[in-house]
Amino acid sequence: MNAAAIDAKVEAGYNFAYLDEQTKRMIRRTILKAVAVPGYQVPFGSREMPLPFGWGTGGIQVTAGIIGPDDTLKVIDQGADDTTNAVSIRAFFAKTAGVATTDHTGAASIIQTRHRVPETPLREGQVIVFQVPIPEPLRMLEPSEVETRKIHALEEYGVLQVSLYEDIARHGRIAWAYNYPVVVNERYVMSPSPIPKFDNPKLNRNPALQLYGAGREKRIYAVPPYTPVRSVDFEDHPFKIESWDQPCAICGSTASFLDEVITDDRGSRMYVCSDTDYCADRVAEPRSAADD
Amino acid sequence: MTELPLLRVRNLGKRFGQTLACDSVSFDLWPGEVLGVVGESGSGKTTLLNCLSAQLSPSAGTVEYLTRSDGLLDVHRLSEARQRLLMRTDWGVVHQNPRDGLRMGMSAGANVGERLMAVGARHYGDIRGEALSWLDKVEMDRGRIDDPPKVFSGGMQQRLQIARNLVSKPRLVFMDEPTGGLDVSVQARLLDLLRGLVSDLGLAVIVVTHDLGVARLLTHRLMVMQGGRVVEQGLTDQVLDDPQHPYSQLLVASILPV
Repeated sequence: MNAAAIDAKVEAGYNFAYLDEQTKRMIRRTILKAVAVPGYQVPFGSREMPLPFGWGTGGIQVTAGIIGPDDTLKVIDQGADDTTNAVSIRAFFAKTAGVATTDHTGAASIIQTRHRVPETPLREGQVIVFQVPIPEPLRMLEPSEVETRKIHALEEYGVLQVSLYEDIARHGRIAWAYNYPVVVNERYVMSPSPIPKFDNPKLNRNPALQLYGAGREKRIYAVPPYTPVRSVDFEDHPFKIESWDQPCAICGSTASFLDEVITDDRGSRMYVCSDTDYCADRVAEPRSAADD
Repeated sequence: MTELPLLRVRNLGKRFGQTLACDSVSFDLWPGEVLGVVGESGSGKTTLLNCLSAQLSPSAGTVEYLTRSDGLLDVHRLSEARQRLLMRTDWGVVHQNPRDGLRMGMSAGANVGERLMAVGARHYGDIRGEALSWLDKVEMDRGRIDDPPKVFSGGMQQRLQIARNLVSKPRLVFMDEPTGGLDVSVQARLLDLLRGLVSDLGLAVIVVTHDLGVARLLTHRLMVMQGGRVVEQGLTDQVLDDPQHPYSQLLVASILPV
C-alpha cells in the first residue's frame, strides 16, 4: 500500500495509528529490549491515550507501535469480541490506522486481549498483545518498588514461594485463580496479566510473540515465540488448571474456559465458552469429539 | 594449628556526621564462641552490630568473615547478591523487636520455612515437616504452626524468630537484646533455650545487651563499650567479677541486688 492510499483510510488530522512516529519508535525500542530479555519489565514513556488508565492504554500503545497498514486486528475482552472495551479499541484502530479487523483468531495478525488467551491455538507470525494492570508479580507481597527490582535482579523469589505456602496452609491448595505468576525461561518471574490460570499453559512454548503493555505503570515486557513458561508451584502441590463438570451449553466443548451465566432470578445458570469466536466457530461447523 | 577465626574485625569505625558512634573496634570471633557486647544506651552497641552484619557500611576498618568456600573475605566488599545470600543462609539476625524480624501477617510455618524456600526448597511437605521440628526445638506448640505471629505472646514471637533464623543452620547469629521487653520468668526460659541451642548447634553468636545477667548466663567473652570505644574485653566471668576499667566497675556495681 502506498502512502497516499494509507492516508486516505486514516481519519484526517491523525497520524497513522494515533501516536506520533517518535513515540512509536520509542515503543518499538522498548519492545526489542523486552524480547531480548524475556519476562523482564522494561520501563517506557507511556503516553496519555484517549481512554482512561486501566482500560487498556498499555495494550493500545503496544499495538500502535507494531501495527502496519497490512495487519488484521482482533480485539477481545474476557474472551468476547463484542464487549464495549473490545469494540471501542477495534474501532479506534480501524479509524486511526485504517486496518482490517476481524473476529476470527486464525485470520488476525495482531490480537489485543484483556483477561484471556484465545482457545484456538496461535501460530507463528501472530502477535498477541496483553493489557496489563499491574505488571509487578510481587506487588501484593512486597510493596517497595526498589526491593522488587532487587528481587528480580538477584533472582530471590523466596517470598513468592512463601505466599504459596501460606495459601496451602490456609486453604489446602494454591488458591490463586488468575494472574497466576509464571517463570519465564527459568529466569524472571512474570505476571501473565489477569488471565485465568486455565490459560497459563498456553503461554508455554507458544509459537506466537507475546507482548505485555502496562500503561499506567509504564512497563512493557515480552515472551518471544517458543519460550518456556512455567507456573510456580510446589513439587507436592503441582499447578492445576480449573475444570468443569459440564460442557459448554452452546457448542458442547469440554476443552474451553467456561463462564457461568445466571439466566434468571431463581438460581438457574448455564455454562458457556468465554471465547465467543471459538464457540461460534464450533456451532457453525461441529467438529468430531477428538478435537476436544 | 593454622585455624582462622570465623569473624575478624579490625579498627572498625562508624561516624554519623560529626558523631562518632563506634571507634577502632578490633576482635576475633571463633566458631562456637558467644561474645557479649555490653554498655549503656548510646554506647554504640547496636551500630557495631549493624556494621558487623553488613546492614550498615562502616566509615573505617574491615569486617572479614570466614566463608565456606573462599576463606576470609571482607563482608563490605562482597557483592550485594553475596551479602544477601550470607544473610539468609550462613547468618541469622535476631532483632530486639520480633516485629522487625518476622512477617507478622503470615503463619508461623511460613515464617520458619521462608529461609528454606529462599534457597530453593520446593516441597511443601518437607518444608512443613522442618518447620514443625523447629517449633519443637524452640518449645512451641505444634498446633500453632498455622497461626500468625501477631496473635502470639512476646516470648513466643521471640522463640519463633529464633527458629526462623536457625532453620538454615547458620554459623553466626547476631542478637540485639534478644530478651529485651520480656518478663523475667519468660526471659529465664528463653535464655535457657538459647544456651541449649547454641551449645547443641555449635553456633557463634554476638549478643548485644545492656543486661549483665544475660551476658553472664549466655556469653563466653565480653566486650564493654562506652562512647563508641571498647574499654575492656575479656572472659565474661573475669570482666564481671574483677572489672578493671572504671566504667566496667560502675556497670557491675550498678546491678540492683534482689
